[in-house]
Amino acid sequence: MLRRRLNRLLGGDERRVDSRTIYVGHRSCSATEAFIPPKFCDNRIVSSKYTVWNFLPKNLFEQFRRIANFYFLIIFLVQVIVDTPTSPVTSGLPLFFVITVTAIKQGYEDWLRHKADNEVNKYLVTVLEDGGRIQKESEKIKVGDVVEVEEDETFPCDLILLQSSRDDDTCFVTTASLDGESNHKTHYTVPDTEKDLESLNATIECEQPQPDLYKFVGRMHIYKNDQEPTVRSLGPENLLLKGATLKNTQKICGVAVYTGMETKMALNYQGKSQKRSAVEKSINAFLLVYLCILVSKALVCTTLKYVWQSKPGQDEPWYNEKTQREKETNLYLKMFTDFLSFMVLFNFIIPVSMYVTVEMQKFLGSFFITWDKDFFDPEIKEGALVNTSDLNEELGQVEYVFTDKTGTLTQNNMEFIECCIDGFQYKYRDASSELDGFCVTDGPVSKLQQKAGREKEELFLRALCLCHTVQVKESAEQGQGQRDGLIDEVDGLGVDGEVVHPLQEQRGFIASSPDEVALVKGAMRYGFTFLGLESKTMKILNRNNDVEMYELLHVLNFDPVRRRMSVIVRSKSGDTLLFCKGADSSIFPRVRREEVERIRMHVERNATEGYRTLCVAYKILSAEEYAQADAGLREARLALQDREEKLMTVYNQVETGMSLIGATAVEDRLQEEAAETMEALQGAGMKVWVLTGDKMETAKSTCYACRLFQRNTELLELTVRTLEDGGRRREERLHDLLLEYHKKAVQDAPPVKAGVTRSWSSAGQDYGFIIDGATLSMVLNSSSESNSNRYKNLFLQICQNCTSVLCCRMAPLQKAQIVKMVKNSKGSPITLSIGDGANDVSMILEAHVGIGIKGKEGRQAVRNSDYAIPKLKHLKKLLLAHGHLYYVRIAHLVQYFFYKNLCFILPQFLYQFFCGYSQQPLYDAAYLTMYNICFTSMPILAYSLLEQHICMEVLLDNATLYREIAKNAMLRWGPFLYWTLLGVFHGLLFFFGVRFLFSNPALQDNGQVFGNWSYGTIVFTVLVFTVTLKLALDTRHWTWINHFVIWGSLAFYVFFSFFWGGIIWPFLRQQRLYFVFANMLSSVSAWLVIILLILLSLLPEILLVVFRKPRGPHARQIAAVTPLSYKHLKERE
Amino acid sequence: MGRTKKMVKEELANRPDNTAFTQQRLPAWQPMLSAGIVIPGFVIIGLAFIGIGVALFVTSQSIQLLELDYTGVEQTSPCFKCSDPNAKNCMCELTFSTDTLFKGPVFFYYGLSNYFQNYRSYGVSKDDDQLSGNLDNFKSPSDTCAPYEYDRNNKPFVPCGAVANSLFNDTFKLYQIVNGAKKVVPLDGKGISWWTDYNIKYRNPAVTPLKNAFNGTVKPLYWSKPAYELDPSDPANNGFINQDFLVWMRRAALPDFRKLYRRITDGDYAEGLPAGNYSLQIAYNYPVLSFEGRKKVVFSNVSWMGGKNEFLGIAYLVIGSLCVVMSVVMLIVYAKFKFPEEE
Repeated sequence: MLRRRLNRLLGGDERRVDSRTIYVGHRSCSATEAFIPPKFCDNRIVSSKYTVWNFLPKNLFEQFRRIANFYFLIIFLVQVIVDTPTSPVTSGLPLFFVITVTAIKQGYEDWLRHKADNEVNKYLVTVLEDGGRIQKESEKIKVGDVVEVEEDETFPCDLILLQSSRDDDTCFVTTASLDGESNHKTHYTVPDTEKDLESLNATIECEQPQPDLYKFVGRMHIYKNDQEPTVRSLGPENLLLKGATLKNTQKICGVAVYTGMETKMALNYQGKSQKRSAVEKSINAFLLVYLCILVSKALVCTTLKYVWQSKPGQDEPWYNEKTQREKETNLYLKMFTDFLSFMVLFNFIIPVSMYVTVEMQKFLGSFFITWDKDFFDPEIKEGALVNTSDLNEELGQVEYVFTDKTGTLTQNNMEFIECCIDGFQYKYRDASSELDGFCVTDGPVSKLQQKAGREKEELFLRALCLCHTVQVKESAEQGQGQRDGLIDEVDGLGVDGEVVHPLQEQRGFIASSPDEVALVKGAMRYGFTFLGLESKTMKILNRNNDVEMYELLHVLNFDPVRRRMSVIVRSKSGDTLLFCKGADSSIFPRVRREEVERIRMHVERNATEGYRTLCVAYKILSAEEYAQADAGLREARLALQDREEKLMTVYNQVETGMSLIGATAVEDRLQEEAAETMEALQGAGMKVWVLTGDKMETAKSTCYACRLFQRNTELLELTVRTLEDGGRRREERLHDLLLEYHKKAVQDAPPVKAGVTRSWSSAGQDYGFIIDGATLSMVLNSSSESNSNRYKNLFLQICQNCTSVLCCRMAPLQKAQIVKMVKNSKGSPITLSIGDGANDVSMILEAHVGIGIKGKEGRQAVRNSDYAIPKLKHLKKLLLAHGHLYYVRIAHLVQYFFYKNLCFILPQFLYQFFCGYSQQPLYDAAYLTMYNICFTSMPILAYSLLEQHICMEVLLDNATLYREIAKNAMLRWGPFLYWTLLGVFHGLLFFFGVRFLFSNPALQDNGQVFGNWSYGTIVFTVLVFTVTLKLALDTRHWTWINHFVIWGSLAFYVFFSFFWGGIIWPFLRQQRLYFVFANMLSSVSAWLVIILLILLSLLPEILLVVFRKPRGPHARQIAAVTPLSYKHLKERE
Repeated sequence: MGRTKKMVKEELANRPDNTAFTQQRLPAWQPMLSAGIVIPGFVIIGLAFIGIGVALFVTSQSIQLLELDYTGVEQTSPCFKCSDPNAKNCMCELTFSTDTLFKGPVFFYYGLSNYFQNYRSYGVSKDDDQLSGNLDNFKSPSDTCAPYEYDRNNKPFVPCGAVANSLFNDTFKLYQIVNGAKKVVPLDGKGISWWTDYNIKYRNPAVTPLKNAFNGTVKPLYWSKPAYELDPSDPANNGFINQDFLVWMRRAALPDFRKLYRRITDGDYAEGLPAGNYSLQIAYNYPVLSFEGRKKVVFSNVSWMGGKNEFLGIAYLVIGSLCVVMSVVMLIVYAKFKFPEEE
């Protein structure tokens, strides 16, 4: 780092900053230059945070950076320094407990990391060195070492593939541990390297490490006998990533380019940014209120103390003289220390244990999502995945759902439906009909006679067979045949071109996109089978069972901007052909105009039926054209900088002037229960927005199929097409349309009742809104700043009044933009994004809650999500059942915690008025400490994990129940005020109830009197019982755990009190509670007052429950279903 | 086959456990507070409370109580002369009469008001180790005792601390006036403190005679006698297990408090104080006027619920009737609207 900075400072070689040079096998490239081995980091992976030595200071530092812990530390320090009413132990012990538990947890996690690191770092690796093969520990690999890796081993660092045991200079890897994609990916050796690695003399120049797994640029200079060095370009296809596993290849050799912490895997292990839930924000707001209460209490007490002391005789009565030191202390200093003492005395109002409990609740609670067997998908054999447990409750608060279409609403399980060749429609009817039966439908366009010419047909099918990046999954033993597709161990035998078995249907294809597989399979049905790619030769089995060979010259890869891909092949006859397939919008401008019309009709019809369409085009390249293209491509590929842009330019130059052959239609079926799920989400008051990169027609039909748009929904379209209708300038048209729609959807709409309980099926027109990417960017980036803001507002208002919104033709970044816009709109609604592909990652990261679907487009979305589920249909239960319950649980937990600490500390505050503001604690130190740790913590934790105030089935059946908790309903200021008042009421009751009892402290039948600790113990007993029973009253779902924990902690309190008061504790300076509890129980009056106060505290609560219940609209329904008791459950099982 | 088995195993490993707990389907009792439960519940609770309330109220009413203030603020008070802080060894006499038998056993309390025994710095100013007989703490008392730790000559106070120092030291003698002659009413000073305080918590050092243990220490500033001579009549009532001392050491909860002084259980007065005239002779030592405190004596008998306390009885009666009223209101409401969940 320092060196790099220094270099930059001294104006050193700029390229050394951006790229690194690696000497393969540490051999100097030229004899003249002295070989100076460059310094790179070693291959040690350090994922652990701590070492034995720095664990304590570093961990403590990290922990005290949290504001809550710091607050408690300050309180503790005040107690140590200042003479305070309670011993430092009372706040030190809980803090110590919390810190220790966290430290142990983090230490354990770190130990596991150390172990894993060691396993990786000590792994023995074969390195070729000085002509021999040496076994080395993995951590000792240096950049430039040539490493040998055998099959099924993982790569120890990032390697450039030099040599493979396979004949075709390829190797296969799976990157399952990196991105979860379990398919085999092909990687290539650097072309034209020597077979003998010993004599290879080369340097590699490549970029500095960067975390993108799919990007790599570099070049290799190969020196041969003092000739000009040959240069080869290196791309991601040459780079083997650490963590990936070698498959199907006996062994490979590669040179290490990035090691240790600079490997792409290590660079990718940086944590994501933390999302914080709305509940957490509420907690912080409440904390602030309580902090104010705390400070004002302390201020009031301090002030009153000095007012009271100013009266004669009160300050220093003869029986309680001050010490010399007290007399000498400055008055203001005394006031300040008094203030601090009061703070310490009342600090329990902000409980250290709440954070622990909330965190435990979240951590443990998230297991219920992972454990839910309803989320288990037998197909992928996986259940739900929880990446963060911080957002459980946010699942119950979602207002906007942004969903991807492909793979999320639809299955991404592509099926070839039909194609159109030269304007004639071909529909594949049935797989059982003869293989080369090119069935022609009786569609409106084509009749049996009206077939495209055979020439055209075959050209089209060849195009389908050639224009792709599909690989054939090799089956182990071709002869035995009948092995099913489950076999995953495939040996390295290549396919013999001559031997062809009629097993093509079972042939497995591997491709990055399922569309490609569908197309190849589609072509196969029509008699053209792709046999595979072998040493740059593509083999096709044609209808006449002849094998056609094509030399693959170039692949112009697919990318979402171009929305097309091409291949350049050379046929046996020597013709150079370019085949291109892509979205209609990207192909039509590049082909001859007259061809377009015939096919456009088909494409549009297919699109409205919800199919995905691709157009296929080709062109014959003349020798000069090819030479020019070839040179351009090679040059662009070698570029170290701006390679992407340069490639794009060349691609665009090559892909022009093509002729259109036909189009394909592939069906992407809806996910299971997609419509029901969407309906449920809308019923729950969520607004569903579909954000897709797909065409408007396709997306619209999917929306109809999912019932996001209903028959009677009026669609408001704001797309490029509607903008061009008027024949005026787009900007003006946009302006007019926005105003028109705004009038329709917002101004003329029946006034919406304030609040959230708006019935979604209420009378009135439903509106659906459609916008496309181009228009959206016009709305967001309007020419003038003022317009931009105005448009944005109009757009948002329209959208918010529509039941569903469809945004099509979206770039990934635009998806995130939309999410961000809604997220930051008025009322900052809670957003949820759900998607399955890499293009959804940005919106998943942007939304409050990101959900990944474990789909077929790899694992990028899952890795970046907060929660991952196998199927869309699981979203319903995740939100309506889990989310709802978690929200109710944690909201209750938070409110209850504040409540119980308020009524805990209020009597202590009131007691100050009766003890001369002397900071005399009402309760014993043990009680002060244990109250939050032991006596009242477990019941609320059990409640917050197990409560089901409404049972799951009912929640799932009545989506509208979700609305009742919308907008943070249980943590708004209303409920908070209610709980606070309840706490105040209870606190007052506890204190004054006992106060009146103590107007005559002779409470025992032997006439003996009770003292101050008896007073406190009575109050405390009432407190513990009331607070626990209050929770019991709120518990609607009593499992045995709840019973155990609630009655158990009460029993524990009684037991503990006996125990604590039953022994003279040698470590205590004052035996305050000795036999206080037992004596209390021997007094009938104490019993009676305890019972009285508990009942009186709970009475209003019971009344409220009884009177409030019948009001809710669903009460009857719930009441009819909920009493699901032991009996019912047993019957069911 | 092996493959399929492995696959099944794999699937099982990934599949979540199908247990009632993991699926959140633990059998649960789901109580509903319906009117059918709450109304009868309220009636029962209400009636029970009224019952208890009546019993408490009646009991409390039957307890006799006699309070006599002897601070001597008023000029008419017989103790007025003693209220002068300069008066030493002042005695005053209070007379009172009872019309009926004051049923026994009669408990004799003294009461102080505006006296903050619950003041924090006062409360911590003692040394429990010393009070449990630890001789080390005789030599060097705990620093919590300051400023009642050492005297001017740097000799330790034993017992140290503010609480012990401020031991209530008025003494009382009660006479019945029979035909103009004073007849001593015997006062029983045993069993006025907690059993555990007397027998376990407070201990004298195991030194005989007790006086030797106190060598090198001084008596607290305000005490007239050292700890080992508190009760000359009973050697077992001296030192730290003196009953009056123990009663004083149990700090009162509120600034207006009473503490048990004696019981009247012996001789002619076991049945109570017969109607007649009585004279209470007070050795007035304890100053309270400097902090506007009051002193009083209280004669009371006790019941199963302890001393006289009307609060409990009234509270029970009020809550009980409230419950009954609420249940009637609920009944009316429910009868009127006929809520359907009444199965």
